[in-house]
Amino acid sequence: MQNYDVIIIGAGPAGLAAAIYTSRAVLSTLVIDESSAGGQVKTTHQVANYPGFVEPIAGHELAGNMRKQAEKYGTKLKLAVDITALHLSDRKKWVELDDQDRYATEFVVIATGSSPRPLNIPGEQEYKGSGVSYCATCDAEFYKDKDIVLIGGGNSAMEESLLLLQFVKSITIIHQFDTLQAEKITADKVTNNPKVNILWSHEPRAFYKKENNMVVEAENLKTKKRIRLGRDGIFIFVGLVPNSAFLKTTPVQLTRHGYVITNPQMETNIRGVYAAGDIRDKSHRQITIAVGDGTIAALEVIHKV
Amino acid sequence: MLQSNLEHIESEEQLKGLIENNEKVAVCCGRMGPMCIPVYDIFEIFQEKYPDIQFRDMDFDIPAAATIKGLPECRKFWGLPYTVYYRNGKVVKATSSIQSAKEVKSIINDVFA
Repeated sequence: MQNYDVIIIGAGPAGLAAAIYTSRAVLSTLVIDESSAGGQVKTTHQVANYPGFVEPIAGHELAGNMRKQAEKYGTKLKLAVDITALHLSDRKKWVELDDQDRYATEFVVIATGSSPRPLNIPGEQEYKGSGVSYCATCDAEFYKDKDIVLIGGGNSAMEESLLLLQFVKSITIIHQFDTLQAEKITADKVTNNPKVNILWSHEPRAFYKKENNMVVEAENLKTKKRIRLGRDGIFIFVGLVPNSAFLKTTPVQLTRHGYVITNPQMETNIRGVYAAGDIRDKSHRQITIAVGDGTIAALEVIHKV
Repeated sequence: MLQSNLEHIESEEQLKGLIENNEKVAVCCGRMGPMCIPVYDIFEIFQEKYPDIQFRDMDFDIPAAATIKGLPECRKFWGLPYTVYYRNGKVVKATSSIQSAKEVKSIINDVFA
């Protein structure tokens, strides 16, 4: 079993910020991620609100710089690996990767962030990329002059709608509430567009294909009646879910939505286990806040080692 | 031009030569977009893990990409990137849109085992 001063689970901004600090403090630092480094930032087209960059920076570039900075100070990374066992309750903690190697430490920082929420309904996975999309920037041009359905009513749904409106013939928005949750200025731009039609208080229950059309089966949440809409494609933007499934078999305390509960020092209920970034139960989720969380967690660890 | 650390395929001849001369080839054809970059990154990591597989990327907007876009396996794709796995010169799997490391690993273990 290989030993590290600190193991950070998650290579997004929170995890990499923590790694930069702990590595610079000459703590041996291992960062683990089930995907590549960068978290959600790497899938963000442009970041315009990260201090220090006068012009917007591409998300993948910012993420790449964070990774390089952490590696420059000696952080080791294990990427695209699965955590197959995790022991956090004792002073000596360990992580097993890909059913093979085990790594031990006294300090763990959980920084696994969150991911776009899937609907988990029939047809969603089956038609991903051939009728179901999660990215307007990537796939809007496939739907030029087409009729689409968009699921969601938050900020990302409305921002993506604005981009889609430059391409598509019409958008039918399906939203579970009677009002949109997005900022009014963006929501108004969408709702005032004559190409937009909104189906309030509905939720999709299934997607399937009929000839060349994608069909959405949606339920009216008030009357429970189901309707079917045939369109050329479906875009889904229904928020985020915390990447905390791997913690459910550990004693780490989670909220009912799966976020990790911490104190202001980023300590969880388990001694030596910290959480930082979007995985943490808090009001706001931004790159800058994730970096701040990671920094606090790292300074606490550095103080205790 | 794609800004990944993978070797880029820039012509039809290059793609043809690659799949003719290598048993296991994976090509990710996309842009520098949010759904494509994670797949390039995963390919980059897997290059070390699976040295017997040739991992490449290809710009979706170059003329040579027509070879990928025209594959029968990709005809119904409406989401970037298009990722195609070749074994002994034949397409053994093709996916559309983002794939996680777990999904790519599962495909590799399935089609290249």
